[in-house]
Amino acid sequence: MKINSVKIISLLFFVLSAFYLYSAHQIQVFSFDEDSPFNAKTFPIYLGYAGMFFSGLKLVLPDRNPIEVETKYLEFKKTILLVLAVIFYGITILKVGFFLSTSLFLVLSYYFLGERRWKLIFIFSFPFVAIFMYLLHGVLQVYLRDPFLKYIGIMG
Amino acid sequence: MIEGILIGIKTALSFQNLLMVMIGCFAGTIIGMLPGLGPMTAIALMIPITYGFDPATGLILMAGVYYGAVFGGSTSSILINAPGVPGTVATSFDGYPMAQQGKAGKALAVAAYSSFAGGTIAAIFLLIAAPSLSKVSLSFRSPDYFGLMILGLTAVAAFSSKGNFLKAMMMCVFGLMLASVGQDTLSDIPRFTFNTMNLSDGISFVLVVMATFAMSEALTIILKGKDPTKAAKQISLTELGSIKLDAGETKKMLKTIPRSSVLGFIVGVLPGAGATIASFLAYGMERNFVDEDEKQKFGKGSIQGLSAPETANNAACSGAFVPLLTLGIPGSGTTAVMLGALLGFGIQPGPRLYETNPEIFWSVIMSMYIGMVVLLILNLPLIPYIARILAVPRTFLIPMILFFSVTGIYLMSFNNFDIFLMIGIAVVATILRLYDFPMPPLILAFVLGGLMEENLRRSLLISDGSWAFLWNRPLTLTIMITILLIVIWQIYDSLKSNRR
Repeated sequence: MKINSVKIISLLFFVLSAFYLYSAHQIQVFSFDEDSPFNAKTFPIYLGYAGMFFSGLKLVLPDRNPIEVETKYLEFKKTILLVLAVIFYGITILKVGFFLSTSLFLVLSYYFLGERRWKLIFIFSFPFVAIFMYLLHGVLQVYLRDPFLKYIGIMG
Repeated sequence: MIEGILIGIKTALSFQNLLMVMIGCFAGTIIGMLPGLGPMTAIALMIPITYGFDPATGLILMAGVYYGAVFGGSTSSILINAPGVPGTVATSFDGYPMAQQGKAGKALAVAAYSSFAGGTIAAIFLLIAAPSLSKVSLSFRSPDYFGLMILGLTAVAAFSSKGNFLKAMMMCVFGLMLASVGQDTLSDIPRFTFNTMNLSDGISFVLVVMATFAMSEALTIILKGKDPTKAAKQISLTELGSIKLDAGETKKMLKTIPRSSVLGFIVGVLPGAGATIASFLAYGMERNFVDEDEKQKFGKGSIQGLSAPETANNAACSGAFVPLLTLGIPGSGTTAVMLGALLGFGIQPGPRLYETNPEIFWSVIMSMYIGMVVLLILNLPLIPYIARILAVPRTFLIPMILFFSVTGIYLMSFNNFDIFLMIGIAVVATILRLYDFPMPPLILAFVLGGLMEENLRRSLLISDGSWAFLWNRPLTLTIMITILLIVIWQIYDSLKSNRR
């Protein structure tokens, strides 16, 4: 058996299915439901076995179409920075509010992806988010939580 | 039926719904045109918006987005040889050579007319087939539905990702596992919540769709940014040439359209087959039908080579609504997304939809015709302008997709746990995509998970725990034999190719 990334993913999926199966057995069902033909853990138990069966087969059978991913062509740095920007966005959106966190997220993302035209970066962040918020909050009456804008008195 | 059609026309022609079809077609065209973003992403981005409308309007908007995205996908196939969706890969075989020969306008016109004709003819078939099939499907029982759902998942795994059956089945199981998170629907017992309240209601369908499509597609585009095979070869996006067709070209199309429409519709109805297989089959079939001269032109800019897949993929899109509307079982990833959205509205599609919500059933069918007309009269003249969107740099496009994905989820729950969960699923989906693990089976399984469990529960309780319900009824037995044959064939196929 030749080890490749697909095999490793299949192995991880096998482990996940085994853990899922173990967790399915741990589901606490009502005592009167314990011997019922179907209870809350029946379907998950079958799913756990199905996951182990298919990932096990994938592990055992040699690969028909081995996937060669040329890592030298992958942009890991930009992708990781982008994911971090989204996490930062998720952390700040409740505390700082929609306007500031979204605008900062957009500025950071444009910058991380290599954009250096600051005029365009500005237009497609702060004014863009302001228009978007006006359409959503002002026109469509969709509630948007924004402590910052509330603090400076722009939003009620 | 006439009464239903009139209700449908009345609902579909209301000002709001007409506006939604137009907005949907337009937005779908723009999103579908962007390489890497297909109808599923387009619909996923629209779902949070549709929850603000009534179900009929929401579904009409999504149907418009669907057609628009398929049409938009053809545009990027023709202009930059970068199919937005797998269903338009065959379009690029002859569409892109035509564009290289300076006939981009003509190629876009052929694609638009063929899409219009294919979609319209198939919508007529749908009009005839759906009510009759609804009546037949009323006799279906829980074991049949359970079997049909497994058949749908197996067929999608087998046909939608050739050579990746086991990977697709793993994705199906993964989708079902994600769907099982949260309280059990009958007993309210928490499952896989790890004692966190954030998971007690389960994982939101919109979150999973956004994460596995919109967000992971955006991340994949960035991750593969330096891949030389992905570099799009640019032709002029401003000088597209005339969109007028001469009599000879029109005559050729008139021969191609009827046969490709019939083929596309039939393939679309089958679970798992869909627009991709329909377009390739139609391309192959057309090559066998044309004369020797035309055959030589295939792959070098043949009008019929372009018209056939375009007609078939749109016909297949209409065909895919048949199992969704009549059985409540989606046959493709895109219709699975629509089913999820309908369930979000509190509507269960299926044979009873025809009786309980005729305005939804018929207005969706009627809006298909309107959508086709809108695509033709609105989009075709605007194509030279819309095509410039293809020149939007990725540095702006990708952050916008991420922004709309995060905002869509945030506005639904105002909870940042959902944002983090979405990022987690998106990162996993991006890695899986990199190694060719298909995402549509995951979505289909996620949507069907609850229904599958419910039908299995009923079947097992009725049969007092015996699995004999799988072969007691001839219909269930036929379905189960079909599933077994597909699974055995796929595994045998893997073993055979390995020995080779």
